[in-house]
Amino acid sequence: MLLLKLAWRNIWRNKRRTFITTSSIVMAVLLSIVMGSMQTGQYDQMIQNSAGSFVGHMQIQHELYIDEPTLDHSFEIEPMVLSDLSKFDGVNAVIPRIDAFALAAGDHRSKATMVIGIEADAEKNLSAPNEKIILGEYFLPNDTNSVLVTAGLADFLNVTVGDSLILLGQGFRGVSANGIFPIKGIVKFGIPALNNGIVYLPLKTAQEFSGAYSRFTSVAILIDRPSKSEEFENEIEKDLEPGLVVHRWQTLLPEIIQAIEVDYGSSIVMLSVLYMVVGFGILGTVLMMTAERKYELGVMIAIGTSRLKMSSIIVMEMLFISVLGVICGMLLSLPIVIWFHLNPVYFSGDAAATILEFGMEPFIQFSTDPSIFLLHAIIVLIMALIISIYPVWHIHRLQPVKAMRR
Amino acid sequence: MAIIDIKNITKVYNSDQIPVHALNGIDLQIEAGEFTAIVGPSGSGKTTLLNILGGLDDPTSGNININGVDLFSLNQKQLTEYRLHHIGFVFQSYNLIPVLTARENIEFILQIQGKDAKHFRQRSLELLEAVGLVDKADKMPSELSGGQQQRVAVARALASNPDFVLADEPTANLDSASTSNLLDIMATMNSELGITFIFSTHDQRVVERATRIVTLVDGKIFSDENR
Repeated sequence: MLLLKLAWRNIWRNKRRTFITTSSIVMAVLLSIVMGSMQTGQYDQMIQNSAGSFVGHMQIQHELYIDEPTLDHSFEIEPMVLSDLSKFDGVNAVIPRIDAFALAAGDHRSKATMVIGIEADAEKNLSAPNEKIILGEYFLPNDTNSVLVTAGLADFLNVTVGDSLILLGQGFRGVSANGIFPIKGIVKFGIPALNNGIVYLPLKTAQEFSGAYSRFTSVAILIDRPSKSEEFENEIEKDLEPGLVVHRWQTLLPEIIQAIEVDYGSSIVMLSVLYMVVGFGILGTVLMMTAERKYELGVMIAIGTSRLKMSSIIVMEMLFISVLGVICGMLLSLPIVIWFHLNPVYFSGDAAATILEFGMEPFIQFSTDPSIFLLHAIIVLIMALIISIYPVWHIHRLQPVKAMRR
Repeated sequence: MAIIDIKNITKVYNSDQIPVHALNGIDLQIEAGEFTAIVGPSGSGKTTLLNILGGLDDPTSGNININGVDLFSLNQKQLTEYRLHHIGFVFQSYNLIPVLTARENIEFILQIQGKDAKHFRQRSLELLEAVGLVDKADKMPSELSGGQQQRVAVARALASNPDFVLADEPTANLDSASTSNLLDIMATMNSELGITFIFSTHDQRVVERATRIVTLVDGKIFSDENR
């Protein structure tokens, strides 16, 4: 206890030095947490934009569908299995779909589009077209023979609510898939790639249109903890019929993982530079502190303080300063992170357009994930411990007689 | 019976270049309960002898036996441990730990010895009582005069019940009243508790109170006088 007290009081002997060292740690922690929070927020958004709001955290597919996404690799699944899935602890929603490609035509123009057959209620949990209706209405649960068209596509085809849309394509096992459907609503997505080429059909209508009766191309699953998707994958897969597999979003969207990895790599470089600057700042203080206290350390060894105890006092001092800096840094970063979490930074103009082209919504919402705070706190503490090696080494080599020479 | 047996100690500095013989074959025995002053002009080797005696410095040759322990057969860790339990130190410039109070400075020694908290609180107050500073127990060293700091340093040196106390010029920075006060305390401890004190000093007032005076000149014992 007295050693702790000694270490604590020692750090306040030279208040200016402690203030400078603590400030540099505070700045490092503050900057790295704010940076980390912004970055994690962006990654979460990328994942949410893609996985959480379109693909799902996991999908049940036919084992060949991922390499060859055609209706021929669609599958049937017992309604009971889907019902059991939705009762799984941690599963938020089960969203069956049938996806196909078709040529969509209005009066004068046509365009290749993705046709997605959806269950009206289930889809509200994923791409939520009901929230993106800008004209007309969303499907009712028993709707058939109507379509929702994305705004970009509607503009291109020059169609609107009440008009008819012609779909021509190839269905299951090569059957001809064609139909004419009244447009019930116009849906607007922020992401151009989605906004310019999607047609929603009620699930049953889409299955009939494709000749793939009772079949699905995917069953998307949303879970409450996407980071635990691997556990779910194994759990769900073992109850499926042979030929069906579960893919996590990381497999379904490898480009997201790559984009995150590339961005993370560059941020690691920036953070390393930041930590190196702070690390050298702390090291400078430690060198100064060790040199200034050479005489005192000599005296303490002379009166019988073991070098191990001396070292532990110095390490405690470093830890006190670091913990103080980390806590202050965390406390200062907290309101910034919370503010930008509640008030995301919105982009406009060219910046927004560029972000949209990358498939992301044009805003950054900071993440409040506690692990960000913890990670940077641990990094700084480890850094302080590594820097403590110098005074510990110095103490172990110290000759009391030489140290006490004025 | 001699508690310290010094045999043919030499200390040569800069032995590779121009050698300086700080100690030149010192033989000395110190009995328990002595109040010994080591005197001599500057550069005569007093501090070097005390440093070697305290295990803070190695001799070039010779050996020191303290209560049957060959001091220089101990490694650094054992020497530190030995100093902690068997030797008390009083330095010229007090060298109290500046961030600990008078009482805590004494308790520090007891704590690193591994004594339990109850014991060291009582012991520290007893020692402060003995040096007449119990009312200053919670003062920081910066709030004490030089004489008071040196009395706390004596109390700290005695905290571990050492075999002997080494005091290097303990009165060099003190005024007459403080010197007299400090010497009274140390003399009382020596006569009443039988604590062995070994001083290096220039101070005639200390020499006058010593029961044995060892005079060094050029690293050799010039005279060894008992009173």
